[in-house]
Amino acid sequence: MTRNSSRNEPLLVRGLLICVALSYLGLFLGAPLVTVFAEAWAKGPETYFKALGQADSLAAIRLTLITAAIAVPINLVFGLCASWAIAKFEFKGKSLLMTLIDLPFSVSPVISGLVFVLLFGLQGWFGPFLAEHGIKLLFAVPGIVLATVFVTFPFVARELIPLMQEQGREEEEAALMLGASGWQCFWHITLPNAKWGLMYGVLLCNARAMGEFGAVSVVSGHIRGLTNTMPLHVEILYNEYNFVAAFAVATLLAALALLTLVAKSLMEWRFAAELNSTRRL
Amino acid sequence: MTVLAHRFREPSVIPGFGITLGVTLAALGLVVLIPLSALFLKAAGLGFSGFIATAFDSRAMAAYGLSFGAALVAALVNLFFGTLVAWVLVRYRFAGKRLLDALIDLPFALPTAVAGIALTTLFAPNGAFGAFLEPLGIKVAFTRLGVILAMIFIGLPFVVRSVQPVLEDLESEVEEAAASLGASRLQTLWLVVLPSLLPALISGFALAFVRAVGEYGSIIFIAGNMPGQTEIAPLLIIIKLEQYNYAGATAIASVMLIISFVLLFVINRLQHWRQSRMEGR
Amino acid sequence: MSLRLSSASMTLALLLAFAPSVKADATLLNVSYDPTRELYQDFNAAFAKHWKDKTGEVVTVNQSHGGAGKQARAVIDGLEADVVTLALAYDIDAISEKAGLLPRDWQKRLAHNSSPYTSTIVFLVRKGNPKGLKDWSDLVKPGVQVITPNPKTSGGARWNYLAAWGYAQKQNGGDQAKAQDFVKALYANVPVLDTGARGSTNTFVQRGIGDVLLAWENEAFLALEEIGRDKVEIVLPSLSILAEPPVTVVDKVVDKHGTRKQAEAYLNYLYSKEGQEIAAKHFYRPRDPEVLKRLGARFPSLTLITIDEAFGGWQKAQKTHFEDGGIFNAITRK
Repeated sequence: MTRNSSRNEPLLVRGLLICVALSYLGLFLGAPLVTVFAEAWAKGPETYFKALGQADSLAAIRLTLITAAIAVPINLVFGLCASWAIAKFEFKGKSLLMTLIDLPFSVSPVISGLVFVLLFGLQGWFGPFLAEHGIKLLFAVPGIVLATVFVTFPFVARELIPLMQEQGREEEEAALMLGASGWQCFWHITLPNAKWGLMYGVLLCNARAMGEFGAVSVVSGHIRGLTNTMPLHVEILYNEYNFVAAFAVATLLAALALLTLVAKSLMEWRFAAELNSTRRL
Repeated sequence: MTVLAHRFREPSVIPGFGITLGVTLAALGLVVLIPLSALFLKAAGLGFSGFIATAFDSRAMAAYGLSFGAALVAALVNLFFGTLVAWVLVRYRFAGKRLLDALIDLPFALPTAVAGIALTTLFAPNGAFGAFLEPLGIKVAFTRLGVILAMIFIGLPFVVRSVQPVLEDLESEVEEAAASLGASRLQTLWLVVLPSLLPALISGFALAFVRAVGEYGSIIFIAGNMPGQTEIAPLLIIIKLEQYNYAGATAIASVMLIISFVLLFVINRLQHWRQSRMEGR
Repeated sequence: MSLRLSSASMTLALLLAFAPSVKADATLLNVSYDPTRELYQDFNAAFAKHWKDKTGEVVTVNQSHGGAGKQARAVIDGLEADVVTLALAYDIDAISEKAGLLPRDWQKRLAHNSSPYTSTIVFLVRKGNPKGLKDWSDLVKPGVQVITPNPKTSGGARWNYLAAWGYAQKQNGGDQAKAQDFVKALYANVPVLDTGARGSTNTFVQRGIGDVLLAWENEAFLALEEIGRDKVEIVLPSLSILAEPPVTVVDKVVDKHGTRKQAEAYLNYLYSKEGQEIAAKHFYRPRDPEVLKRLGARFPSLTLITIDEAFGGWQKAQKTHFEDGGIFNAITRK
């Protein structure tokens, strides 16, 4: 009882804060989301599902899944390496390294596509070499994956680094003293400790990988049924005055946020016991 | 190698420094640094005076002013309300909390163009909110206010998601101790809770800010795109590209990138310094 | 857990990636601009049938659409288009100039300046034309809001701008300063500059902004069909510009792909009776006099200036009006 009163605000304040938070999220997230779903269902469920079943929509969904399935694991491995090096060791130039990892956040999506054109475009540094050897990077799947990896590069690392820094290295050091190998230490101590950050990182990375528009738009070439990802396909459908279909595809992407909900609930349920024990510590 | 490594890092019993840092640097180089260097080299092709003339003409300055100014306002709004939302989500229990929690990631998953269209639909003079605001003399769509609105939307997850885990980890004992020592609730919040949230607040703010600066996809729908008034810097880059002026486009991109980089670096440096001081190093 | 999840999704993705697809004997890529989507969807099907009947070969035509400048840039940077069908000759000139993928005299290779169909710029106004807008001179009146995209980012918008300029030039006996004042007054009435033609149409129709939309004739007709004759109507000004969207084969690409024969047949088919009819059906003005006579009722004749006569060609017009330091920059400077 005492614990509650010392950590909680009066009922009135609590209610007020919840109201403010709800209105803020309602205005900025709820309203746009409702708009998207309202437009998608404007002509009834039949039109909605028909729109999603079109061959071009399916091709776009497939390409988006492929892209995310390649980009997310790459960034996962990178994120784990980077956070291990940064959180578990002290070395010079650490802030610089961290800033460089953050950099893709600050690059305009317009530019993150353009840099790959400057590198691999026909008029770019490696373009003529690639063309000579018949390697297609740009305006094909590899280019789309590259741009996506670039845009989502910091997500996993960004989530893991602060968490692992806060957790320190005492546990790992103790385990190593007791004779555990580096791998054992990683699998049995670091990874379980970092699982929440890892999950957030992967989910955000995945959401952004699937939703990225600007950068991919520059390197895709917009070939219908071949190099259009879901966000690009949404734009095309919208430009064809096919509003229902455009928003129908968009609802699939919005539903990704619900996937976050499922994943989080699953993990909470699975680790509930463990969570309670750590909370009590 | 070991001798060299020891010179710039403190010794530690934890293994794997070489390999993880190696992977990190290799990935960083391939995915981020080489592509971005292509950007700067292209801009350098203009020569010093050409670069200055392109990157700092009056129209470009107005565009930077809008992009950075609106991003600052949007990030401040997100800082305040984002903290509040994180607080409500972590500390209070209410119906629909989980769904709300999942919705936070929506701006990542939803393609920026869809967000722009949805926001414009709502805030245009004939939209659900616009029709209500218009008689009050408040114009949102096709004004600077619209730019800020879109930036708030896309930057929303950053502050919430960086504050949330820290709040979850915050030990209740500290607050209880402060309360039992006679501190009022406000004093506890201001003197105990806020300082421990500070790093997360700053990094969330910084990321929301730099992300908003570069945003293009959603803003072009809701801004009027009038030169000197509602023309954002990334649009200026696109305009240069439409004229096949790659060097001019990269010049503006370089300026934006350098400013964002310096900002992120200063913040990371501050965090690092603060952390070392707290650990007594 | 996330590792297991991602390896599962990877397997799924690989399965999807190797799903079988229909094999064609030849594949062409047509890189085009925004408003031609519907036209080429129909035309591609017609051509595939024609080619199958004639040669027995199955040809698949893939489509890519976007802003004309962006599309031209993609081709310059390596998007392997067998044919390009863009909004302005200027953009195809750029492909020739910057990437050398086709000869400089490409525009002489096909009839009618390599433009198998034409269009023009018209006004789309609200039903009943409440502001009584009849001609270009009505658009500069105070209180009239004009919707047009940014000429810097949209090919169609450049035609809009030049049509207005051509009108003012003619009204003032060729006085360039007066023409500039006129166009400046026109753009002072523009509340929103979208980046593309379809964006402007949506601003005008969906958002209800503005009194008049400057649009391609084919876009205006399409808007009537898609959005409703009960909401908007078309007004023809006394004078407009002859817009010639050109088409050409990209030589280096077709030689690499070995698709020159199909690509040339594809473009020539645009000039055939069938091709011309499809173009007319999608509200492009056909070149073929017979098709025009048969289907021409929907295309009222009006005085049309050409870019070559009035502005000395695209290269010159682009430099004078739209480059940085050009007149468009000057008139929109605050």
